[in-house]
Amino acid sequence: MSRTEPLLHLDPAVVRQARSLARRAAAPVVKIAQSHTTVSVERATLRLAGLSGADHERVPWVNHLVTAVRDEVGLEHGVTTPVYDALLRGEAPDLTTLAQKAASGNVSFRLPAGREAQAARRAATKGVGAGLRTIDRSRATRERLIRRHGDPTSRPWIYLIVATGDIYEDIPQAQAAAREGADVIAVIRSTGQSLLDYVPEGATREGFAGTYATQENFRLMRAALDDVSKELGRYVRLTNYASGLCMPEIAALAGMERLDMMLNDSMYGILFRDINPIRTFVDQRFSRQVHARAGIIINTGEDNYLTTADAVEAAHTVTVSQLLNECFAKEAGLEDWQLGLGHAFEINPEIPDSFRMELAHALLARQLFPDAPLKWMPPTKHMTGDVFRGYLLDGFFNLVGAMTGQGILLVGMMTEAVVTPFLSDRDLALQNVRYVMNAASGLTEDFHPPRDGFIQTRARQVLSEAVDLLDRIVNDSDAAGDPPLLAAIADGTFGLMKRPADRGKGLEGVVVRADDYDNPAITALDAGMPAKKGEKR
Amino acid sequence: MSSNIIRPYGDTTGDGMVQMSFTLPLPHDKRAEGAALQLARKMGLDPALLVHAKAMGPDFTFFVVYGSSTHLVNLDEVHVVEREYPLLSAKDANLAIRKQLRRKLVVVGACIGTDAHTVGIDAILNIKGFAGEKGLEYYREIRVVNLGAQVLVPDLVARARAEKADAVLVSQVVTQKDAHIHNTTQMSAAFREAYPAGQVPILIAGGPRFEEGSEGALGVDRIFGRGTTPGEVASYLVHEMTQRRGR
Repeated sequence: MSRTEPLLHLDPAVVRQARSLARRAAAPVVKIAQSHTTVSVERATLRLAGLSGADHERVPWVNHLVTAVRDEVGLEHGVTTPVYDALLRGEAPDLTTLAQKAASGNVSFRLPAGREAQAARRAATKGVGAGLRTIDRSRATRERLIRRHGDPTSRPWIYLIVATGDIYEDIPQAQAAAREGADVIAVIRSTGQSLLDYVPEGATREGFAGTYATQENFRLMRAALDDVSKELGRYVRLTNYASGLCMPEIAALAGMERLDMMLNDSMYGILFRDINPIRTFVDQRFSRQVHARAGIIINTGEDNYLTTADAVEAAHTVTVSQLLNECFAKEAGLEDWQLGLGHAFEINPEIPDSFRMELAHALLARQLFPDAPLKWMPPTKHMTGDVFRGYLLDGFFNLVGAMTGQGILLVGMMTEAVVTPFLSDRDLALQNVRYVMNAASGLTEDFHPPRDGFIQTRARQVLSEAVDLLDRIVNDSDAAGDPPLLAAIADGTFGLMKRPADRGKGLEGVVVRADDYDNPAITALDAGMPAKKGEKR
Repeated sequence: MSSNIIRPYGDTTGDGMVQMSFTLPLPHDKRAEGAALQLARKMGLDPALLVHAKAMGPDFTFFVVYGSSTHLVNLDEVHVVEREYPLLSAKDANLAIRKQLRRKLVVVGACIGTDAHTVGIDAILNIKGFAGEKGLEYYREIRVVNLGAQVLVPDLVARARAEKADAVLVSQVVTQKDAHIHNTTQMSAAFREAYPAGQVPILIAGGPRFEEGSEGALGVDRIFGRGTTPGEVASYLVHEMTQRRGR
């Protein structure tokens, strides 16, 4: 989106200030992420090294192995050095056997020194490198398939959700949705999964309001969408969730199984799931590094701020979250085209000028992040069960999407908050999108809000409120001397939810790194991408 | 005109007109349209008017049907649960609690089971409230302990005992495979087991899909459905508290 005439006349100095404040808020938290590890980061590393599967009680082998190493030598040195040392000592012929023996207490781990340590690290680098190469190959395959089948002909990409709980029901539904026009299929996860401290195994048929994210489910769905992509002559993308306690592992599995987009928000787990802040930031950095490497587009969750607070009063919290998400994402190596920053149409339709404000907010996001795809999410909070009114509201939502050039459009269902969508609801919703896009997407050319009019003024007001809030964040402090952003999260700056850094789920899985911490995955990811050709935008 | 027998109203009294839409697993052709009309007639629409039919993929057809319903509604046979307690303002609710309890009323709330949708419980408990009404946290004489999402039943019981809860609110949004019913009955059974008879806190279940009047089957004192406001819950709590103290 390059334009000669700016649409909002935002003051570039204010925009610069907002970004610089976001960087100041993020920097100390990145340091924390770089000085800690978590059980999930270590498990993800083992998954990259090829360890998969679970015991008869469905406890994954990566969990067994990380627990065993942690019990004997701790995780502060990284899991791979003791693990590969054990392999080199001939404790087991491969990782799976080692994990099996460790699970029954038949291996003793140690922290090797000197030459033995170097040998273990070399072996670990080789082992983990295999997983990174799988990710690189998946990315190359995606680029090849996009060249072969083609990208959707127009923006925004149409994003549809399937959520039956049963992967074998999801597959035909996803294929049907793609045939009806979906460019992106999101498989919603079972509600419990974000708080599970392990990734379930295998194809699953029993989820609640969603389907478990597992490596096998990923593989099955991607294969099914490959078939339908070929049939339609258009590459259909697949989305899942890298969030919750297993964010790094799910990111690794997604990279290897060629998922195309992942929901991945910097603070969602902390605020809305009460996951420990440090755990979240450490896990998030690793997962984003993996996403960067895998060429995955992340989707952030700013819609949540608007569903739990008033969408007018809290509009600036969306902007703040987008700026923080951008900052953490860039630091982790993601590029602009990979930032599906979120925002949503959630203003109460009863209030005057609600549509104009929606336009102002959507344009603000568009102007602040001109090269990010942006994910535009439909009304949920003010869908009342009156499906006719809801259909109209979704039409206006689509119109904002069309007028402001959004990159990814999550299709709104008129039966939102009533039932899981009927087949006909999805069809009607897509007709709604198609009508609005056909009729009005050209408005991006005509629509220039008047200088200092309602829309420009509102957008500037939201931006300035965002700067004020960022300023409050970077000047926040607490008794424990935590970084300002953590202090701000602890004292309820975001959405009235108080989340102290020493509380929350998953805290027991956080470990301070020792000086000799080694993680070949992080070393490789920090070093950046291997040389690649034909970068796909 | 007998006032206790009514029919749906389209544009004329007594015309019985209704609209409906549905999908049949048939390709769109004459036979599918005939099938749609047969269904409409069996549902009591006579005459039925097929106003729209559209193929959705090769195997399904979507229909919109208008028609006059042959069924009559007898208002004498309509039975609903009317609210049996007065709606109180926050001020009056506070006053009643102070007068009767001489301490704060303790409310413990949670989403139980795998349900992670805190929107319902938060709308009732958080100060932010719902539909322009402030949540229970706003009530000076109510102490709110919101445990959030995915709380295990034993933890909920333990916390309720520790906080000396007068009332326990659980929210259930997810209804797949009747999860809301299983979770709620499990919860009420656990409370009955943990407390001496007659001392169980007021148990309230809230969610959009509970059946009105199913309190007995679920073992709870009250069910609140879609659109419930914090004021209604507070008023009920005061009412139930008064009833119990009178016993």
